[in-house]
Amino acid sequence: MEKRELTCIGCPMGCTVTVEMNGGQIVNVTGNTCKIGDTYARKEVTNPTRIVTSTVIVEGAPMTRLPVKTAADVPKSDIFRVMDVINHTRAKAPVRIGDVIIENVADTGVDVIATRNIA
Amino acid sequence: MKDYEIVIVGGGPAGLAAALSAKEAGCDSVVILERDSVLGGILNQCIHNGFGLHTFKEELTGPEYAARYIDRVLEAGIDYKTDTMVMDIAPDKTVTAMNRTDGMFTIHAKAVVLAMGCRERPRGALNIPGYRPAGIYSAGTAQRLVNIEGFMPGREVVILGSGDIGLIMARRMTFEGAHVQCVAELMPYSGGLKRNIVQCLNDYDIPLLLSHTVVDIDGKDRVRGVTIAEVDEKNKPIPGTEVCYPCDTLLLSTGLIPENELSREAGVEMHPVTGGPTVNESFETSLEGVFACGNVLHVHDLVDYVSEEAVRAGAHAAAYCLGNVRASRKEDTITVRATGGARYTVPSTVQCDRLGDLLTIRFRVGAVYKDAYVSVYLGDERVTHLKKRVIAPGEMEQVILKKEQLTAHEGLKEITVTIENE
Amino acid sequence: MYDIVVIGAGVSGCAIARELSRYDASVLVVDREEDVCCGTSKANSAIVHAGFDAAEGSLMAQMNVRGNRMMDDLARDLDIPFKRNGAFVVCIDETQRDGLNALLARGEKNGVEGLRIVEKEELHRMEPNLSDDAVCALYAPSSGIICPFRLTIAMAECAAQNGVEFRFNTRVDALLRNAEGNWHLTTSTGPIVTRYVINAAGVYSADFHNRVSTKQLHIVPRRGDYCLLDREAGTHVSHTIFPQPTAMGKGILVTPTIHGNLMVGPTAIDIDNLEATATTAEGIDTLIAGASAYVKDLPIRKVITSFAGLRAHEDGHEFVLGEPEDAPHFIDCAGIESPGLTSAPAIGEYIGNLMKEKMSLREKSGWNGIRKDVLKPVGIDIEKRNALIKENPAYGTIICRCETISEGEIIDAIRRPLGARSLDGIKRRTRAGMGRCQAGFCSPRVMEILHRELDLPMDEITKSGRQSVMVFGQTKAGGGVIR
Repeated sequence: MEKRELTCIGCPMGCTVTVEMNGGQIVNVTGNTCKIGDTYARKEVTNPTRIVTSTVIVEGAPMTRLPVKTAADVPKSDIFRVMDVINHTRAKAPVRIGDVIIENVADTGVDVIATRNIA
Repeated sequence: MKDYEIVIVGGGPAGLAAALSAKEAGCDSVVILERDSVLGGILNQCIHNGFGLHTFKEELTGPEYAARYIDRVLEAGIDYKTDTMVMDIAPDKTVTAMNRTDGMFTIHAKAVVLAMGCRERPRGALNIPGYRPAGIYSAGTAQRLVNIEGFMPGREVVILGSGDIGLIMARRMTFEGAHVQCVAELMPYSGGLKRNIVQCLNDYDIPLLLSHTVVDIDGKDRVRGVTIAEVDEKNKPIPGTEVCYPCDTLLLSTGLIPENELSREAGVEMHPVTGGPTVNESFETSLEGVFACGNVLHVHDLVDYVSEEAVRAGAHAAAYCLGNVRASRKEDTITVRATGGARYTVPSTVQCDRLGDLLTIRFRVGAVYKDAYVSVYLGDERVTHLKKRVIAPGEMEQVILKKEQLTAHEGLKEITVTIENE
Repeated sequence: MYDIVVIGAGVSGCAIARELSRYDASVLVVDREEDVCCGTSKANSAIVHAGFDAAEGSLMAQMNVRGNRMMDDLARDLDIPFKRNGAFVVCIDETQRDGLNALLARGEKNGVEGLRIVEKEELHRMEPNLSDDAVCALYAPSSGIICPFRLTIAMAECAAQNGVEFRFNTRVDALLRNAEGNWHLTTSTGPIVTRYVINAAGVYSADFHNRVSTKQLHIVPRRGDYCLLDREAGTHVSHTIFPQPTAMGKGILVTPTIHGNLMVGPTAIDIDNLEATATTAEGIDTLIAGASAYVKDLPIRKVITSFAGLRAHEDGHEFVLGEPEDAPHFIDCAGIESPGLTSAPAIGEYIGNLMKEKMSLREKSGWNGIRKDVLKPVGIDIEKRNALIKENPAYGTIICRCETISEGEIIDAIRRPLGARSLDGIKRRTRAGMGRCQAGFCSPRVMEILHRELDLPMDEITKSGRQSVMVFGQTKAGGGVIR
């Protein structure tokens, strides 16, 4: 039996939620005050994901950096691989919000898209 | 220079929403004056997500949130001038501004909306002892350097203050290859959102040292290290707890201050707690026809609330210009008072007959309360008694009252917002 | 070979340089820092003292009173602000009155004009925020306030425009007098040969002196912490408020600055490290307690920055000016502590006259003692300002919001003689970054202007020279491929 402690991000309360696991199976979730904590903890221990936001170099614009984000969540463990690809990417103006800058970044199946309009 | 009925000072989230709302409310003569080279304000450098959940029911990044309003402003054909600094606002609402192409010019406005935002508290204001080398940045300045200019302000980083910008920058610097050693927070709780503590610090094993502060800065040229000590319940450093962190950068995220130099010089009355103007239910300041919204009024946690407030301020400014407002009468004024843990309220005064159907009162508390009640008294009568699991200084709170509740109370002079244990 | 090399580009060195620029002589000023005014001259009380507290008959008293009298003309010629706001030395109980009378008598002997004792009622009328305990004060109407950066920079620019050379980032490591009687200086930027050396090296002046003379000098760096308050607090007092002087100096004063801020300081802490300009928590606490004894309701929450400077305190508390008996062609300007800023013009004149006599220098034709400051658009009328913006649109862009400094002023500060090369250099010449946000908003923009004007890579732009870089290169290492 292993235990993992998490802070729930569902509300400012920030409950410390304990998840008991047995061979990858969730046995018990305790410490949460409401349902949100339970759902959050179960997802967080089995498949934690995050949106990654950063910038890429942009050419042909008065500014040198274009803000971007992953169009959907990527596995938490892939964040630095995603960042590595982002760091080695250049975009070219003009760019519109939502334009795909990197397809299927780091084989996550998720695109990296622009989050700012640059004429 | 062409005259406008409404001058909006600042083209960030507050100014954009106020301009749109003023136009929609029937005022066609609106101009936004923005000191930066683009509209959008500070949102342009807030490239992380988490904006707009209330307004758009989806999670946007700062530039995306700004773009939604910028696009609408452009569609509505609202005039704006960027790279334009407002130099003076006279009590008669003559606005003097300056830019490269127009030089110094004046606009004789009927109404002015203050939407200048806020600035960060600098190192000097914190009285941190030590040397004064390069490498001490407020978190927002570092954010601009990294996200807009594309430069790395540091490699080995210590952050003082756990405000949201500091937390966000801890992750951002980590993404760009810097090493963030820790975040020290003077208070026994963080001023930032829980979600940011988890996703910006815990995710990257960055320790959050509560009840700690920086007691010394070393380095004559560039920062060479900082000393962090634990503090006692009076926030005084405890001798013997000092730990040195070799680093080249200290980021400060220790609070935001509404930027009200123009308002003050115009003679607008200031609220001693918020650092912003005192306003009535219409977001009107002590100067008739001068309105305020967004972080220049009080520092917000969520941009959604900024936009919402600005919509109302803009509509009231338009109504004022169109002559649809009864002049305020001192004898009808209800005072809104914050007490017992609530630090301030916005608005500070209410004139019932100018209200719409609802009165939203926003406030912040001075400490963390668990299982406490937000109570509202009309005179001596308690009309709201709302149990909250947690109320924290980092989060803005609100209570909403119905106009009928107020009008039912004849001769009402005072509304009190307070935190009660039972 | 130079005729004269001045070591140190502080206020004394630059005052000397300006005086020497009157003559037909080749003069070089060297400084280890990247700019003028980087040592003691940059962190002091910024007061033009009246001259009542220096010992009677001392060189210090003589220079102080003379320097004070020279300041109006000098400030006019150099186009810098100077104001005689007057000073009070305040007594908070009757037992201090004797001390006050002694100070009055000394001041009169020193030749200070207009001194008088002001009694309680008048005192509180003249300065309402004095402590209620204040019973009387010595009033010195000739005391003034000035910007030490501006004064030093202006004198240096004036010297430069009259032919004096300046070499920065140059540390003098050794000096030897050769057989012909010339000085050979070994420096971090190469050797320099000169007929005369003037030692204006601040806290290092004893060090240089002791290398060439057996009559040793002893200088203790005396640290002074200061707090600078927002301009909102700038009118809390209108005069410079002193307690009674002690053996450690003039005490913790409260004063408006020439730029409209309020300043509190200094502490007086003798230390042994010539570089230790770090403030301490105790130092700041001492300031607040000390100042609060004389001034009530001190708005200490309005502090925008604190800093510390080192005064070069010589054991005898006297200026050391002139040639030591056993070190010919070596001229001391050592032990210059308060009232050094006030005295600088007089010290310049004194050393200038000394050199003229020693070297039989002849005045050159066409010497110009007038210098124009960075053009300030604030305050000029709207038509003239618009004409200026039309001619140079950079004056229409505000870079520093807090102090309302335009891009035009910043460019002027960079392009003028001995122009700014760092953020602090810009700050001292224009005040950009000196306001309440302490450069939070403007530093990225000032960096960009420095980068463009000086053609310096961003990662070589410094706060104040040497290794004080602002950024470490680009994010993404500037690399990346187009996808």
